[in-house]
Amino acid sequence: MSVEQLIPIFASTVAAATPLAYAAFGELVTERSGVLNLGVEGMMLVGAVAGFAVAFHTGSLGLGFAAGMFSGVALALIFAVLTLSLQTNQVATGLALTLFGVGLSAFAGRDYVGVTLGGLQPLTIPLLSDIPFFGPLLFHFDILVYGSIVALFALQWFFGRSRWGLVLRAVGESPASAHAIGYSVIGIRYMAVLFGGAMSGLAGAYLSLAITPLWVEGMTAGRGWIALALVVFGTWKPMRVLLGAYLFGGVTILQFYGQGMGIHIASQLLSMLPYLVTIFVLVLISRNPKTILLNQPMSLGQSYYPHS
Amino acid sequence: MNIQLSHPRLELRGITKIYPSVVANEKVDLIVYPGEIHAVLGENGAGKSTLMKIIYGVTRPDAGEMLWENREVHIESPAEARRMGIGMVFQHFSLFETLTVAENISLALDTPMASSELAQRISAVSEEYGLPIDPHRLVHSMSVGERQRVEIVRCLLNRPRLLIMDEPTSVLTPQAVLKLFETLRRLAAEGCSILYISHKLDEIQALCDSATVLRSGCVTGTTSPKQETRESLARMMIGKDLPHCQMDTRTPGEVRLKINQLSLATVDPFGTHLQNIDLEVRSGEIVGIAGISGNGQKELLAALSGEQPAQQSDTTHISGTAAGKLNPAQRRKLGLRFVPEERLGRGAVPSLSLGLNALITGSDSSMVKRGLIDHSSVRVFAQAVIKRFNVKCGGDKALASSLSGGNLQKFIVGREIMFAPKMMIVAQPTWGVDIGAAQLIRQALIELRNQGVAVLVVSEELEELFMICDRIAVIADGRLSPVVAAVETSVAQIGLWMSGEFTQDNSELAHA
Repeated sequence: MSVEQLIPIFASTVAAATPLAYAAFGELVTERSGVLNLGVEGMMLVGAVAGFAVAFHTGSLGLGFAAGMFSGVALALIFAVLTLSLQTNQVATGLALTLFGVGLSAFAGRDYVGVTLGGLQPLTIPLLSDIPFFGPLLFHFDILVYGSIVALFALQWFFGRSRWGLVLRAVGESPASAHAIGYSVIGIRYMAVLFGGAMSGLAGAYLSLAITPLWVEGMTAGRGWIALALVVFGTWKPMRVLLGAYLFGGVTILQFYGQGMGIHIASQLLSMLPYLVTIFVLVLISRNPKTILLNQPMSLGQSYYPHS
Repeated sequence: MNIQLSHPRLELRGITKIYPSVVANEKVDLIVYPGEIHAVLGENGAGKSTLMKIIYGVTRPDAGEMLWENREVHIESPAEARRMGIGMVFQHFSLFETLTVAENISLALDTPMASSELAQRISAVSEEYGLPIDPHRLVHSMSVGERQRVEIVRCLLNRPRLLIMDEPTSVLTPQAVLKLFETLRRLAAEGCSILYISHKLDEIQALCDSATVLRSGCVTGTTSPKQETRESLARMMIGKDLPHCQMDTRTPGEVRLKINQLSLATVDPFGTHLQNIDLEVRSGEIVGIAGISGNGQKELLAALSGEQPAQQSDTTHISGTAAGKLNPAQRRKLGLRFVPEERLGRGAVPSLSLGLNALITGSDSSMVKRGLIDHSSVRVFAQAVIKRFNVKCGGDKALASSLSGGNLQKFIVGREIMFAPKMMIVAQPTWGVDIGAAQLIRQALIELRNQGVAVLVVSEELEELFMICDRIAVIADGRLSPVVAAVETSVAQIGLWMSGEFTQDNSELAHA
């Protein structure tokens, strides 16, 4: 295998990892505020079908991505009203949200099955894209791939440096204390949940508009659940979460190539690999109970009733 | 100086707060002057904390008015209270463990400040008032006393004109209490008013200029505590005379519980490792373990009860049997009975009746026959506990969650006593219990000792330990001090040990 053959492998790895990164970043923010939203898969599916439909009818990918995000926010809003204002159980509500999203997206997407679109194209950056080897390797991606790297640094700045990031972490750790010193726990959690919805919707739209520009029922294929696992096994740290996403993307692509080269292992077993490898590696690097306790939002999954 | 000449800084008129099940405050009046240290005295559940939360804007009153510097105000939120110049140090700290000191403080500032400037101001204020803290440390690695300093410094940065301290000394050594008082007196001399909430009479007499006494949500008196006696203050607080414990000297019998070089590493990063603990409790004596919470009490109790068994079985002997690896049920069979600190959740199941709660630690008694519950004997047993220990409740079918803290504690302690233990371990026997019930529980423990039971009490209340213990030790940072006879030591010495100042040589001497 020549070095040039690595370029498409790397490119597909990054493409496979990007939607996971977006969804996981969104869920990370949600969970840091103390809310566990298991509806990521559902929000991604609805984002995928809404994005595809709008892009198909308007011919604008930009509007498609906006619609994906908006529909993710709409689903997250349902979740937020139920769990934050009406204090329903977060786990049950999240599961129901996924089931709802699966059904809604299948229903709304009936007419789009088998339709194709021109998908999101890579950016060509003057000069940089022309560098031999490194040009195609690093500077031949679509805008959302670069966006996910920007999102990583933005999150690190948000949690590490900004006041509102600090407030969000405080709310996730001890909502009662945050309330006592005068922050609106419910208001902040609403923001975090809606942000998570927007990111999941965007991740879904990336699947149906960039990776494979078409709509297939259930096309997320469990990526929402992997995003959830990435957040936990990445110990709520944006960098680790992104690394986990790339690992998952990488193993997914490698096993495809493996199947293509005729390795004699059942393809079903190979398809399991990315899930196993990702979870195994992330569990290994975050075994330290201290890291987990220092980063895990202590109030995760618990409803909070502000007393007045 | 006659502080009464100036206008009141804060005046409450007829403040009433009603919760669905209880009237927390009823027509409460209270006046605080500038530069005054004003005590709010009352038992647990008298409505002190609710009143303070109303002043700090956490809770809104149902009726009554509040005047701040002669203007009527409605405080909608803690942020508003802070803007007006009110600061509060909470009893259960409102700190975030995974954040640094500076981050914690910055969260409570209303005008954001650059982190380097903030760190400088924290150091400046903490030095000025003798409250040394490092702004860059993570809060979870700090002792409770240090955390309290963070809370106080956080308030002082906002330059308060009224500082509310909610039971501030329950986490401090006697020496640290004196230092805290110095800081508070200094603040008062600078014109800051202080509302000092406590149920400890001697502290209030030592520190406060005036006092408002609450009982069951109502004001029962406003007085100058330095001109009152302990007895007269107690009468205002509990409505009757202060009860006393009766205890005579006894010669202890054989060793019932022996801990031998017990070391336990904890997996909880916020926990404490136990190091080489040696302890003997004999039949017919009460041994007390003092210490500030978070110094290994939780871990030691888990090791003794069997919830966290040791690696070697010879580290713990119960009545001569090596029991280090036994679980709680096996230890119960050897006659060890345990009353945990958390009443609801560990000591009792909130949603079960008192009768079924009696069964929880009595499943190997006559209440279970051939694997089936004998409901009539459960009822008889629960009713006997209720009667003997004067538990105020709706009978044996009342849910554990419906009882007040004191009554539930009487039931739990009573339950274990009725199983005729050989050894009894009690954690925080009277925490959050009103004075009357506390005396009853203490007297019950003394009677148990008189019957020849070996009793081990872990408590943060030094006064209580000196009241009921034959011998006292201190746990500090996971190590146990020498065990000394209560009559041969003093609050001052135990207080010194609580900050960890006992040497290993001493403990060897004590065992020799």
